[in-house]
Amino acid sequence: MASKQDPKNAQIDAYIDQNLKKVFAELQTGDLPDEITDLLSVLRAQDQEAKDSK
Amino acid sequence: MSDMDPRDELVTHLPALRAFALSLTRNRATADDMMQDTVLKAWTNMDKFTPGTNMRAWLFTILRNNFYTSRRKLNREVADVDNVFSDTLSVKPEHDGRLQMSDFKKALNQLPDEQREALILVGASGFAYEEAAEMCGVATGTIKSRVNRARAKLTELLQLEDDDVLELTDSATTAVVGSPGLPA
Repeated sequence: MASKQDPKNAQIDAYIDQNLKKVFAELQTGDLPDEITDLLSVLRAQDQEAKDSK
Repeated sequence: MSDMDPRDELVTHLPALRAFALSLTRNRATADDMMQDTVLKAWTNMDKFTPGTNMRAWLFTILRNNFYTSRRKLNREVADVDNVFSDTLSVKPEHDGRLQMSDFKKALNQLPDEQREALILVGASGFAYEEAAEMCGVATGTIKSRVNRARAKLTELLQLEDDDVLELTDSATTAVVGSPGLPA
């Protein structure tokens, strides 16, 4: 397996990690799905209702 | 983060949670279902979360456990894949790095789920091997092995040991966006 001391392998690892971070960053962009924002609204409303009833 | 209401903190992790779901399932509909289940479970079990510990790791763990439970029920290794990696490329095309990134995504897509997951957790999300191992319920050595095998497979698929490729990737930044020697 790749040795961390080997500059070539270190370069390959850096290439892979940078691309991974780029792919992961791309996947994080964009709005959250409506189902999730709707779910959060419902959960917050339920919490508030429970708090108010105490 | 420690002073923040845990439910507010949960919301700050949702973009990363979605990225993890997409990278694991490679299917938008499945990823969104997994995410919805995870948010619901986390929200209603917030009392089980220990303040001061890593909430992102906790959320990722819930999501990946859902994913593998669901996969076992379906009794299949590969779920319906809708080229989620390629889709992001078509939405946000890049200049010189486009073809290289496309190749990278195709190669990433070919990894077994466990290897892709380990690589995403350690290489993209910045978790330590020990944290990733705990999240996946395996030994640290198993995660290291999965990451090494994933890197070796990507190296093979992308022919990264080719000297011509490496000569053109003399810095991480250059490697990401502009290594024209990568195979098409």
